[in-house]
Amino acid sequence: MEAFIDIVLFGFLILTAIAIMRLRNLFAVVMLSGVFSLLSAGLFVVMDAVDVAFTEAAVGAGISTVLMLGTMAMTSREEKPPVHNRLFSFAIAVVVGAALIYGTTDMPPFGAADTPVHQHVGPDYIERTPKEIGVPNIVTAVLASYRGFDTLGEVAVIFTAGIAVIVLLHGRTRPARSADARKKGKDA
Amino acid sequence: MFDDFSSSYIIQHYNYWMVIVLMMIGLYIVVSRGNLVKKIVGLNLFQTAVFMLYISMGKIIGGTAPILTGNPDEVYSNPLPHVLILTAIVVGVATTALGLALIVRIRERYGTIEEDEIADIEQEIDRRESA
Amino acid sequence: MHHHLILRVVSKMLIPPILLYALYVQFHGDFGPGGGFQAGVIFAVAFILYGIVFSLDHLRRAVPPHVVRRFVALGLLIYAGVGVANLLLGGNFLDYSTLAHDPKHGQHYGIILVELGVGITVAAVMISIFFAFASRPPTIKDTDW
Repeated sequence: MEAFIDIVLFGFLILTAIAIMRLRNLFAVVMLSGVFSLLSAGLFVVMDAVDVAFTEAAVGAGISTVLMLGTMAMTSREEKPPVHNRLFSFAIAVVVGAALIYGTTDMPPFGAADTPVHQHVGPDYIERTPKEIGVPNIVTAVLASYRGFDTLGEVAVIFTAGIAVIVLLHGRTRPARSADARKKGKDA
Repeated sequence: MFDDFSSSYIIQHYNYWMVIVLMMIGLYIVVSRGNLVKKIVGLNLFQTAVFMLYISMGKIIGGTAPILTGNPDEVYSNPLPHVLILTAIVVGVATTALGLALIVRIRERYGTIEEDEIADIEQEIDRRESA
Repeated sequence: MHHHLILRVVSKMLIPPILLYALYVQFHGDFGPGGGFQAGVIFAVAFILYGIVFSLDHLRRAVPPHVVRRFVALGLLIYAGVGVANLLLGGNFLDYSTLAHDPKHGQHYGIILVELGVGITVAAVMISIFFAFASRPPTIKDTDW
């Protein structure tokens, strides 16, 4: 049953991604990217990552969409037809994809319990959390306590990105840069 | 490598392959489209696919979400990928916002968000300066 | 968006539960799914919804941008401050066991404080980013969508 839900969700995800690729109306593209985030949140729930699904649903489907719509309101609604060589781009994607799929042939089976991923720190956290931290949600325990320093760094990144956006978009609008404007400035 | 190739092999790996297909659609959008907003959407697609790859590796079939239930025989999926990806998602939206802010500034300076038109304007300026 | 009566009424009813839910996610994060990152985003969404449906001026009156900017730094300072407090109490940086006599209780206090710091910074950054984007004059008119 889980595998069935998995395949259906992946099917929808790929369809949404293809629609994003083909559409040129940016409003539709932004809305579909919100749909994509919500579907991937569903997939994360199927794969037991409830905290991740929660974050993805709130961030991807909520905040990202609002920000992209805000950007669109200040830029344009339509994408112009692509000028790049499509065949070349397609070849790049196919070659990289083939290399990655070749890499997965050596990967352990999906969902197996005896893979290297599940041998070291993971089970250790699960075992030690009830004894040392005493909170039921292991993800929170690892996030805030065992890997507290890491999370401090992440919060610093968010802080820096926020400051950067404020600095970039603060103040009045400068005149558009065009060859004429630049020339005039030089003459003056 | 292919000695164990069978239908069960496909069942065991289709998850990774689907993720890679999504990742490549994202890559294709980034490489082939000239519109900067579309490029950011493509990057987001790629990013989400990477998140899925990580979460796939942490999943144990028959396991449950890593929230202690009190049952000593319970099998939990690996919490470590969840922690890494959870923070990555929020950092991802912060950096996406930064990218979008840059796009807004580019549009204000150049009047367009199409890559080739920006390059044309830059070339025009260079040509006039050297003349 | 002055003409959207239904949107205005529905969002007015939705905003308080959204804020309350954000607080639940924030302080219940150690028992169920949730935590500072999610709670911060949900908290910010309530304000962003208010800003979109009513107007940016209404939102500026509710949360002045310069106050929000203080909170951006405050959250990070709370987080780092917990670490420094641990150092002063004789432990390692971010070793919460020193915060109480029982190490387990100390860990619990530490996690709640740190998550609070994360939540404040994330919420403030998201609201600031929304302010930054929404304050610029749009080139596409409301009616053109």
